[in-house]
Amino acid sequence: MVDSIDLTMVNWARAQFALTAMYHWIFVPLTLGLSFLCAFFESIYVKTGNQEWRRLTQFWMKLFGINFAIGVATGIILEFEFGTNWSNYSWMVGDIFGAPLAIEGIVAFFLEATFFAVMFFGWDRVSERFHLFSTWMVAIGSNLSALWILIANGWMQYPVGQSFNPDSARFEMQSFFEVALSPIAISKFTHTTSSGFVTACLFVISVSCWFLLKKQHLVFARRSIIVASIFGLLSSIFVGITGDEAAYEVAQHQPMKLAAMEGLYHGERNAPLVVAGILNPHKVVGDNQKDYVFSIKVPGLLSYLGNRDIDSFIPGIFDLVYGNKKENIIGAEEKIEKGTIAVSQLAAFKKARKDQNSEQADLALKEFNTHKKYLGYGYLNDPKEAVPPIGITFYSFHIMVALGTMFVAIFLLFLFLSFKNRLENNQLILKGGLFLFLSGLLAGQAGWAVAEVGRQPWAIQGLLPVTIARSNLDTATVQITFFGFLILFTILLIAEIKIMTKQIQIGPEEK
Amino acid sequence: MIGNLDITTLQQLWWLLVSIVGSLFLFLTFVQGGQSLLWQVTHNETEKSLVINSLGRKWELGFTTLVLFGGALFAAFPKFYATSFGGAYWVWIAILLTFVLQAVSYEFRKKPSNLLGSTGYELFLFINGTVGILLIGAAVGTFFTGSNFKLNDYNFVQWTHTLRGLEAAFNLFNISMGIFLVFNARTLGALYLLNNINFTGVRNLEKSLRKAVFVNFLCSLPFLLFVLYNLLTMKGFSIGNAGFISLVEGKYLSNLIANPIIFLLLLGGLILVILAVVKSFKSTSGIWLAGLGTVLVGLAIFFLAGYNNTPFYPSKSHLQSSLSIYNASSSKYTLTAMTYVALLIPLVLAYIAYVWHLMNKRKISAEEITTSHSKELY
Repeated sequence: MVDSIDLTMVNWARAQFALTAMYHWIFVPLTLGLSFLCAFFESIYVKTGNQEWRRLTQFWMKLFGINFAIGVATGIILEFEFGTNWSNYSWMVGDIFGAPLAIEGIVAFFLEATFFAVMFFGWDRVSERFHLFSTWMVAIGSNLSALWILIANGWMQYPVGQSFNPDSARFEMQSFFEVALSPIAISKFTHTTSSGFVTACLFVISVSCWFLLKKQHLVFARRSIIVASIFGLLSSIFVGITGDEAAYEVAQHQPMKLAAMEGLYHGERNAPLVVAGILNPHKVVGDNQKDYVFSIKVPGLLSYLGNRDIDSFIPGIFDLVYGNKKENIIGAEEKIEKGTIAVSQLAAFKKARKDQNSEQADLALKEFNTHKKYLGYGYLNDPKEAVPPIGITFYSFHIMVALGTMFVAIFLLFLFLSFKNRLENNQLILKGGLFLFLSGLLAGQAGWAVAEVGRQPWAIQGLLPVTIARSNLDTATVQITFFGFLILFTILLIAEIKIMTKQIQIGPEEK
Repeated sequence: MIGNLDITTLQQLWWLLVSIVGSLFLFLTFVQGGQSLLWQVTHNETEKSLVINSLGRKWELGFTTLVLFGGALFAAFPKFYATSFGGAYWVWIAILLTFVLQAVSYEFRKKPSNLLGSTGYELFLFINGTVGILLIGAAVGTFFTGSNFKLNDYNFVQWTHTLRGLEAAFNLFNISMGIFLVFNARTLGALYLLNNINFTGVRNLEKSLRKAVFVNFLCSLPFLLFVLYNLLTMKGFSIGNAGFISLVEGKYLSNLIANPIIFLLLLGGLILVILAVVKSFKSTSGIWLAGLGTVLVGLAIFFLAGYNNTPFYPSKSHLQSSLSIYNASSSKYTLTAMTYVALLIPLVLAYIAYVWHLMNKRKISAEEITTSHSKELY
C-alpha cells in the first residue's frame, strides 16, 4: 500500500498533532465551562435586575472572550492537520470522519460565531432577554461543537457503522446513527465536556481566591465562588460517573488501552485495581521481572469496573500480544498473520481488477473478506508494536483519577467554607486555591494522554495504524512546521497569559 | 425524497452546496479587505478603532465559513481534501497560519500587556487580509491550471513538485486570480465600512473609504480581465469516455456555452459589482450589490471548474489522477445523510441574517467608541 514507511516522519507528525491538541486543550475547557458560567451569572442578573451580577457577568465574559479567540486559532489548525499530516487517513476514512466535522460547522460553529458578536457587543443594541438568549446560544454552540468532534474521536476509538470497500480501498459509512450514537462517543462527550466545566469552575475559584487574598472585590469574589463551587461539584460528580462509563467502554472495546492504563501485564480473574503505584521501568512484555516497584491495589475492583463482574477475566498486555487460548483471546501475533493475508489479497484484488481478470479478482476478494477484520494488523511488523507507551498511559490515568477525586472534595470544601463565612480569613485555603486552575488543566491534559497515547499505534482502533494514515511528507517538512507551531503557539500563549493576568488585576468594572 | 436521489445527483448537489459556501466566503472576505485597508484609510486612533470594531463584529462569520468550506469538502469530497491538503502542504499551512493570526488579533490588539503591541496585531490583520487571500486565490486558480500530484492504486497522494503547493503562486493565472481576490476583498471591505459606520465627526474616513472603493475596483480590473481572457481561451481539463481525462482547447468556454446559467451568473455578478462601485459615490448600500455580485461570480467560477464533465482538481503531472466531483466524492450513503443535515442550512442562514440585522441597524459611531463601554470593544 505504501512503498516505504518513514517512522521518524510519523513520529514528528504525531508530535505535531499532540502539540496542537495539547495547546488547544488549554483553552477549550475554559470555553466549554465559562460559557455556561457566564450564562448562569447573566440569568441571575436578568432575574434579579441586580447590577452587581451584570458586572460579574461582564468580567467573566471578558476573560471568556480572550480565551475563546486563541481556542479558535488552535482549533482551525487541528481540523486541517487531518488533511495536511494525515492525508491517507483523510482519504481512507473521510467518508465517515468528514461528516461529523461538517455537521459541527453547520450546527455548532455558526451558532457560536453569530451569537458571540451579540454577547460581546450587543449589551446596548439588543434587549436584555435577547442578550441572555445569545449568551446561552454561545454556551450551547460551544458544547455542540464538542459533541460532534467527540463523536468523530469516539469513532476513531471504536469504529462502528462502517465497512471496507476494496474497490475504493477505503472505509465507508453504513449507519450514521451507529456512528453518532456509539456508546464510546456518548461517554466521551459527557466525560470530556463535564471535565471542561470542572476546569472552568476551578479557574473562577482561583481568580476569586486571588481577589480575596488581595481584599478586593469581595462580594464579587464570594458570589463567583459560590456559583462555581455548586456547578463544579455537580460537574465533578458527573465526571466521576461518566468516567466510570468511559472506562467500562474501554474495557469492552480497547482492552490493550485498559491494560496499559493499569500496567496489567498478565491478565487475571478477580483482577485488582491499582489505586497508586510505580511501574517497573525495566519491565519488557514477556519477561519475568515484576510489574511494579510499588503498588496499592484493591482486589477484584478492576474486574468489576471493567466487566461489572468481580470474577471476570481482564486480559493483560501479554495476553493481548501473544494470545490466551484458555480465555479465548486472539493475540496481536495471530492477528498480524491474518492481517498480512488481508493486505496481500487486497493487493492481488487491485492488480486483478487492473488486469481485468475477474476470476482472480473474485478469488482474492473472497480471501480478503475472510481476513479483512484484521486488515490493520497486516501493517504491523511485530506484535509488540500493538502495545501503546505504557508509562505515559499508566501515570496519566492515575494522575487524572486522583485529581478528579480531589476536585469533588475541593468544591465541597469551598462551598462549606463559603456558607459558613470562613473562607476569606483562611489564608492557606485561599493560597492553595490559586493553584486549582493549573491542577484542572493538568487533569484534562492527562485525560487526553490516556485517550490518545493509550490507543497507539492506531489512528483507527484495530483498522488503520498511524504508519499508514500519515501523509507522504519528508521528515524535515514536518519538523519545520512542528517548531513553527511550537514557537507561534507559545508566543500566543504568553500573550494570552499576560493579557488575562492584566485583566484580572484590573478586575471588574467599577460601579 | 432525498433518499431516492441517485449518486450523480447527490455529487452535483454537493458541488452546488460547496460552491455556495465557497462563494459566501468570498463575500465575507470584506473583513480581510477591510483589515488590509486599515493603515491606508484611517488618520487617527478613533478611526482605526471604528474600522476594527466594525469588522470585528463579523470576522468570526468569515472564519467559520472557511472552516465549514473545509469541513464540507472533507465530508463530500474526501479525496480532494486528502490530495490537496496532504499534497499542497506548504500553501495550506501558510493560509492557515494567516487565519490563526487573524483569530487572536481582534481580541488581543487593544488589551493592555498584549506582548506584541497593537501595531503587531494590526500587522497580523494586514497579513491575513493580503497574503491569506492571495494564496486562497492562487489555490482556486489551480482548479483551472492544475496541480502537481499523482495518486497510486490506493488513492494515496504523491506531490511531484518540491515546493508542495507554493508553486501555484508562481503561475501567472493563479497569481492574477489571487491579486484579483485581494483587490475585490478591499473593494468589498471599503463598501462594508461605508455601510456600517456613522461618519459624524470622521468625514475624512468616509472620504478615504469612498476613494478606496473606486481605486481598488480599478486595480482589480486588469487582473479580472486577464483571468477571464485566459479562462475563455486556455486549454482545459475534460473527462471523456470511461472517465479518461484529456486536455481540450477552449474547455471552459465550451462549459460557458453549454451552461448559459453560468454565463448569466458571471455577467450578472460583474454588473452588480460595477453598479455597487458607481453607487458608492453617493450611497452607502453598495455592499449588498457588490456582495451579491461576488457570490454570483464565485458560483460561476466553481460551476465552471466542477460541472460539465470537468475535473475540478486536475493533475498536471498525471492527468488520469485528476479529481472530479464523481471520483472524489463520498459514498451515496454519506452524501444522502449529509443532505438531510444540509436541510438545516436555511435555518442557520435565517438566524445569521436576523442577528446581522439586529447588530447593524444602528451604525457604529465615534461616540460609541469613546464612551465608557469602550473597554469591551476591540
